[in-house]
Amino acid sequence: MAVIAMREALNQALREEMTRDGNVFVMGEDIGVFEGSYKVTAGLLKEFGERRVVDTPIAEEAIIGTGIGAAMLGLRPVLEIMTINFILVAMDQVVNHAAKIRYMFGGEVGVPVTIRTPGGGGQQLTAQHSQSLEVFFAHVPGLRVVAPSTPKDAKGMLKAAIRDDNPVIFIENISLYNTRGEVPDEEYLIPLDKAEIKRPGRDITFIGHSKGTLLALEAADRLAQEGIEAEVLDLRSLRPLDCDAIVESVKRTHRAVLVEEGWPTYGITAEVSATLMEHAFDYLDAPVKRVGGIEVPMPYSKPLENAVIPSVERVLEAARSIL
Amino acid sequence: MATTVIETKGLISLDRFSLETLHQFHYQMTFIRRFEEKVNEMYTRAKIGGYCHLNVGEEGSIVGSISALTPDDYIYTSYREHGHAIARGIPPGVVMAELFGKEGGAAHGRGGSMHMFDPGRHFMGGWAIVGAHLPIAAGAAFAINYRGDAGVSVCYLGEGATNIGAFHETLNVAKLWKLPALFIVINNLYEMGTPVEKASSVPEQYKKAAAYDIPSERVDGMDVLAVHDATQRAMDHIRREREPVFLEFMAYRFRGHSVIDPGRYRTEEEVKEWMLRDPILMLRERMVAAKLLDDAAISAVEQRVETEVQAAVDFAEASPFPDVSTLFDYVYA
Repeated sequence: MAVIAMREALNQALREEMTRDGNVFVMGEDIGVFEGSYKVTAGLLKEFGERRVVDTPIAEEAIIGTGIGAAMLGLRPVLEIMTINFILVAMDQVVNHAAKIRYMFGGEVGVPVTIRTPGGGGQQLTAQHSQSLEVFFAHVPGLRVVAPSTPKDAKGMLKAAIRDDNPVIFIENISLYNTRGEVPDEEYLIPLDKAEIKRPGRDITFIGHSKGTLLALEAADRLAQEGIEAEVLDLRSLRPLDCDAIVESVKRTHRAVLVEEGWPTYGITAEVSATLMEHAFDYLDAPVKRVGGIEVPMPYSKPLENAVIPSVERVLEAARSIL
Repeated sequence: MATTVIETKGLISLDRFSLETLHQFHYQMTFIRRFEEKVNEMYTRAKIGGYCHLNVGEEGSIVGSISALTPDDYIYTSYREHGHAIARGIPPGVVMAELFGKEGGAAHGRGGSMHMFDPGRHFMGGWAIVGAHLPIAAGAAFAINYRGDAGVSVCYLGEGATNIGAFHETLNVAKLWKLPALFIVINNLYEMGTPVEKASSVPEQYKKAAAYDIPSERVDGMDVLAVHDATQRAMDHIRREREPVFLEFMAYRFRGHSVIDPGRYRTEEEVKEWMLRDPILMLRERMVAAKLLDDAAISAVEQRVETEVQAAVDFAEASPFPDVSTLFDYVYA
């Protein structure tokens, strides 16, 4: 297995799917000549040409709307929204349209569109460019929402998203593009509705997604040095949420710390916590703890930004408070 | 067609149309009028719920334009679309069944008045968020180009939709990417109760297309023949030049914004004045004057329509409601 960066894994997924299916095309701001703000689409214009690698104006509603319209006619658009923050100007297309079309037209048509977009902070990009807005989408029936944490998952899930007949919001994290990991040499897909145990353990369960999973893995390594075995469950899919995997893990460990980079109020961790209350209450030996972004607009100054974003130390602190 | 604006052409001669076509226009407009009156009646009898917007007064704009399209073309409309759906060939019973919320409806009772749909007839939806269907219609035009298909994406909108951001984003990419798209504004002068002059810095909507270098034309939307002629020329231009065209049909709704709106923001005089230009009466007058139609023929059409509209109601009544066990169908593939 080759060890590659997440950026390269995503690029491979796009290249393979475009090669496999002529209906797949990519569209977005500065994804062609410029090769994408985060270079995920590097080389695609040269390989596939302007017909299938479409540079757009700065017009998110036009990008997502035309993607939806093309998908309704049977194409498989993969849209890049430069950052998740910009998708807000096109939320109408995502929530009122992509998520509703199959249902409100009585199943007569589908919207097989994939919307890729990076979120997250840590690069001093400040309040308008550092948000983790997963929950805005995960709230909506009709959307699939996924957020991989490793290069292997990123590749397998992006390929599965492109082949899926539903609208998929594919959330990347700008701080993970350079993280490296093993990726199988042969073709593979990863299901869009399954969490995965990234590290087995018996004493406590850490549950996260995207960068939250990496923080949990690092915290688990540190606890292992103290003889405490933490299990790390990577949600991978936020809608649907893999409730069975969440409940099964906590039934074994009896303790849970939930991690997300976004604001925890009404957040992903709030939903996971409710799931545990409803389905694992009798198995819990301690209150569920949550670690998330501090609830302020992201500040610019580095010490302030560091104070906002969840850290391994905060995960450890939460774990120790219930062990 | 120039890249700048052209005002309405003069009267189009009846001679340019076959007798069959003229009778078809007359029949279809009469049908849509009666259908919508029946919808209003069914709404007051609580057979229909929710929002419900009627095409009464806009029949000339609808029939004149849809009759100029081919089966390859795709149609996108706003939420005032019962007439468009029927003109495109969706069986009126299926439209009425959708209004009744029945399984036999165009969207199997999941959509209602604002969401008629029929992929086989390329009727790609009534859409209920003002202006938001424009980029989606542009996406169909993009797909047509991508695949090298025949067909044009035809997008109807109200004049109120020209003030929203999606309108401008869409016109920009439509021209930029040379999309085979026809944008048709049916300008009925009021976005709900707000007159166009109070909502639009440029009340003449066809002028807005000039900002994107899209050929445009303002047409008498009450004259079914003028509408047909303009649509035909627009479609020819789009197919020949591979670029979008923009039409503005000046029309009027004889009823309120929706069935529950008494329309008090308009004067009686204004409504009466426009009703003198009723698209059905205008065509009848011309056909009668040319001895192509007489009272007996008009009466025969009205009787036929009456029977057919009643049959649509009967179909809707007979269709079952969707079973609650199917509630989760169609959320996901």
